[in-house]
Amino acid sequence: MVAEKMTFVAPPDGSVAHGTFVVELTHFSGPLDLLLSLIRDEQIDIRDIPIARIAEQFLARISTLELDEAAEYLEMAARLLRIKAQMLLPRNENDEAWEDPRAELVRRLLEYQQMREIVDVLDIRAEARRNRFARAFLPEQPAPPAAPLALSLGELLNAVDRIIRAVRTPSMHDVIPRALDVDGAMNTVRGMMAAHANARWTDLLAPSSEPWEVLSLLLALLELARRGEIRLAQPRPFANVEIARDVAASEAA
Amino acid sequence: MTSPLAKLLEAALFASARPVTADELTALDDSATSDEVAAAITELREHYDGDGHGVELLEVAGGWQILTRPEYTEAIERAQLAARPHRLSAAALETLAIIAYRQPLGRAEIEEIRGVAVGGVLKSLHDRGLIEVTGRAEGLGRPLLYGTTALFLEQFALRHLEELPRADELAIALRTVAPAGSVT
Repeated sequence: MVAEKMTFVAPPDGSVAHGTFVVELTHFSGPLDLLLSLIRDEQIDIRDIPIARIAEQFLARISTLELDEAAEYLEMAARLLRIKAQMLLPRNENDEAWEDPRAELVRRLLEYQQMREIVDVLDIRAEARRNRFARAFLPEQPAPPAAPLALSLGELLNAVDRIIRAVRTPSMHDVIPRALDVDGAMNTVRGMMAAHANARWTDLLAPSSEPWEVLSLLLALLELARRGEIRLAQPRPFANVEIARDVAASEAA
Repeated sequence: MTSPLAKLLEAALFASARPVTADELTALDDSATSDEVAAAITELREHYDGDGHGVELLEVAGGWQILTRPEYTEAIERAQLAARPHRLSAAALETLAIIAYRQPLGRAEIEEIRGVAVGGVLKSLHDRGLIEVTGRAEGLGRPLLYGTTALFLEQFALRHLEELPRADELAIALRTVAPAGSVT
């Protein structure tokens, strides 16, 4: 008989007390699964289902379900009851046109049962593959659990003390000296001006000057010009800056 | 194992994280013919099987892959060097079985066979890379059609889909279902 060849997940015991069934249902992957389980437990031919008995059992099984999770089971229950009603209708035994109202259900059950067979095949194969590791497997490294602490309060306080001693006095504010040397650059310009009446920006600056040297020179020139020691001129934008001794100022000095 | 080609294949198979197809193996050596590669694969497989090795060479997902032998799985897992993937739920396996046989097909057809909603299961199978969207059906709403992936073949140690038992080899042959009542 077909039903006996089936292997699928089913509760170990078919008779289930009321109230525990919601948990039991997790053993079934759907109403067809439950139906097949009933058919197997009853050892009946899937093609000749005593629909009244099976419908009754099916209803008993799902009677305690929450409505939300039972929609699919309820739909099947309704289907079973409809088939049951159709079976009760009187008919002529010799009626050629009569179609067994169970036909569609049987077709679906067989289809489902066949699929369960494939599931068994897949399950065996997946298990075989699960037991073999491929190269290049990268395991997810779980964080190692922290070692349990075995400390007395004294040891803990000592450790805290050691750490506090090691910490430097916190500094709230550090004054960072300016990285520019404006005074030095001013001396350089004054030296140049003492020797020559005129000079140019490029005379004062080596080609490989650092940015801080350029900035220092610029500030020094502006400062000296402000003090009136030199005059600055630039004939056009981006041209070389021309530096000249301020004659009036040097005469006054 | 003395053949240089077999050694080359072994190195390539060792380096790859995925099964390596015969074509890819043939491309490793310009002068090697596909027959020579096939012979070298056999040589390598027999070497692993015959000379006592902890690994074996298996044909999966249209290619070849070096895998550890099952008898060492437990020790390897206990030492946390590798972990087996989680088993698929019954619902996931059922859905996968239907897709494997009927692909490409849409969600409604799967639900028709299983008798339950499969939206969540489809998503988790898709997330695990076992199924993919292969297109859209012509019908109302142009539903998505699903099919299995190469990873499905790999995780089920299948060379190709045809390796699954044919429908008429199963105890119940679906396509020849007789109407109820005609069976005595």
